[in-house]
Amino acid sequence: MQKNIKLMQGNEACVEGALAAGVTFFAGYPITPSTEIAEILAMRLPKIGGKFIQMEDEIAGMAATIGGSLAGHKSMTATSGPGLSLKQENFGYALMAEIPCVVVDVMRGGPSTGLPTATSQEDVMQARWGTHGDHAVIALAPYSVQDTYYTTIKAFNLAEKYSMPVLVLLDEVIGHMREKIEIPEKIEGIEPRKTPNGDKENYLPYEAAPDKGPILAPFGSGYRYHVTGLAHDFTGFPTTDAKKVKYLKDRLRDKVYKNLDDIVEVEEINTDDIDLLVVAYGSISRSAASAVEEAREAGLKVGLLRLKTIWPFADMYIDKYADKVKAMIVPEQNQGQIVYEVERVVAGRAKVYAENRYDGELMTPQQILDRVKEVYTNA
Amino acid sequence: MLNDLKHHLREDKMSHILCPGCGHGTIMNALVHSIDELDLDKDKTVIVSGIGCSSRIPGYLNFNTLHTTHGRALAFATGIKLANPELKVIVITGDGDASAIGGNHLIHACRRNIDITTIIFNNNIYGMTSGQFSPMTPVGSYATTAPYGNIDRGFDLCNLAIGAGATYVARGTAYHVSMLTKLITEAVSSKGFSVVEAVSHCPTYYGRRNQLKDAVTMLEWQKDHAMPAKAFEKLPEEKTKGKFPIGVLHDKPAPEYCEEYQKIIDAQKEDN
Ligand SMILES: Cc1ncc(C[n+]2csc(CCOP(=O)(O)OP(=O)(O)O)c2C)c(N)n1
Repeated sequence: MQKNIKLMQGNEACVEGALAAGVTFFAGYPITPSTEIAEILAMRLPKIGGKFIQMEDEIAGMAATIGGSLAGHKSMTATSGPGLSLKQENFGYALMAEIPCVVVDVMRGGPSTGLPTATSQEDVMQARWGTHGDHAVIALAPYSVQDTYYTTIKAFNLAEKYSMPVLVLLDEVIGHMREKIEIPEKIEGIEPRKTPNGDKENYLPYEAAPDKGPILAPFGSGYRYHVTGLAHDFTGFPTTDAKKVKYLKDRLRDKVYKNLDDIVEVEEINTDDIDLLVVAYGSISRSAASAVEEAREAGLKVGLLRLKTIWPFADMYIDKYADKVKAMIVPEQNQGQIVYEVERVVAGRAKVYAENRYDGELMTPQQILDRVKEVYTNA
Repeated sequence: MLNDLKHHLREDKMSHILCPGCGHGTIMNALVHSIDELDLDKDKTVIVSGIGCSSRIPGYLNFNTLHTTHGRALAFATGIKLANPELKVIVITGDGDASAIGGNHLIHACRRNIDITTIIFNNNIYGMTSGQFSPMTPVGSYATTAPYGNIDRGFDLCNLAIGAGATYVARGTAYHVSMLTKLITEAVSSKGFSVVEAVSHCPTYYGRRNQLKDAVTMLEWQKDHAMPAKAFEKLPEEKTKGKFPIGVLHDKPAPEYCEEYQKIIDAQKEDN
């Protein structure tokens, strides 16, 4: 059998993954470095009977994405930092109303208009806390073009499974880099849109077990119900009943935090018998991988923990290594964001160092290797 | 008669949040009569709203209902309609919701001419948040955030909608209920983006502060200041001063967005 091997950009692979996962609706607003995703979907979606719409801004792009999902489509939008800021209000709505959809953020340098074509990882905290109020989020960060394909599929699957918006964070360099990718003939385990099958009269759209998402009927399918961003009970109607509000807010958290084994994914590379752990994600985890390899060759006991799920944070993996290593280094293409999460989990059991680059140029393996050597000798 | 309409309501979700004398209930009544007359399929009708007193009304209506974020109802509605053009989509919005925070979405929904009907409940004030001025508050009126009189100039939402490309635009009032019902019926039946500005009244937060002491006075104000559009157009400016036209203001079909998109799908579909 001939393998379907291609050379493509991360943004293109993201589209291929989305199509493999069943996307049929896209609404968004153009912004570098994410625009190719919109452009390719504008071309591809009508060919499969899907819908593409360019909205008047990102606020509307997020809103229409939610609308498309409520009408039964697997739905997505794509943007970059400034656009993600605008999407945050309705991203929060999608969290509260539990609307499955995928939001891709191809990260560029900030703040503000910043460095539109430069790579960055500056939005990881915006992804976590960009919308107001208590909430849990799922954000995934692929490290290669091939990984972007599978990660986008995973994002759709998690969105459907937990009935919530899921973020895919691409470093600009991942979005725009061209690499070899193999597109499989068939993808297993695509999560379908769940639909209720019970009695229409007594349908309780937001009735769900404490650690699960609801099963929301597509509008037009005969299950009539109410959707609101206000705190609501099982019926979907607003409530201020403290017990019901607490149940909802706990469930919105626990459907993510009680399913960490299912959601959190990491790669542990060279982590047997180590003194020092490098924790990295996205493009920087590749610079880190070569740095770690070189360090190994030089006889240093160094390993790499590659985070593929950024949120919820991989507490259990950091925890596992905190007692085993003397130090951790967290290289990031920003002024230091995830390093604080690592520090929180390590809680003083090992030294934690940030290694950063945020001038628009990609962090090199050499920068990480130098830091590894320095920390290693002083540890 | 009234009993026959009750199936359109979610009676178990009342009592409603509207104040005594509020015009919004009357406009909702006109909408329900229109829906009844049009015999809309409940399962295939979606009512979308933003945030505000008016935007709480979908909760009382027995359809697919979506209460969204402030100003954004039309953007959510656009997604729903494009995703499934079989659905009838009606948007309920306040004057602040539609003309301030949601002004851009209104303009672009008009421009796209997507088959959605928007009913703007214009009570000239931010009701939900207790009486701050809106872009529809007349110059010289008082509001909590215009304690010395409003100096912000307003604008004509219907003219805006016409200018932006809506294909059916009308204005009615809570006083002229049967006319309003007819206008909503026409708007929902017309293909394309339709706007009905329904002049409402907020005795609690607008009237009290502006020498319009109660709902009756405010309804009388509507009766005295509204003028049929046909007559309004013919009269010279000095005769229409202080008055506003009601009735159909614009009715001119244009290609509808979802139909145009379907043409692209038909031409591009891979199995062709
Ligand atoms: C983003 C955001 N900004 C502000 C508010 C506060 N707010 C709620 S309703 C409202 C105004 C509603 O006025 P209008 O749209 O005229 O509707 P009415 O209540 O008069 O029917 C405001 C400012 C909000 N909910 N969300």
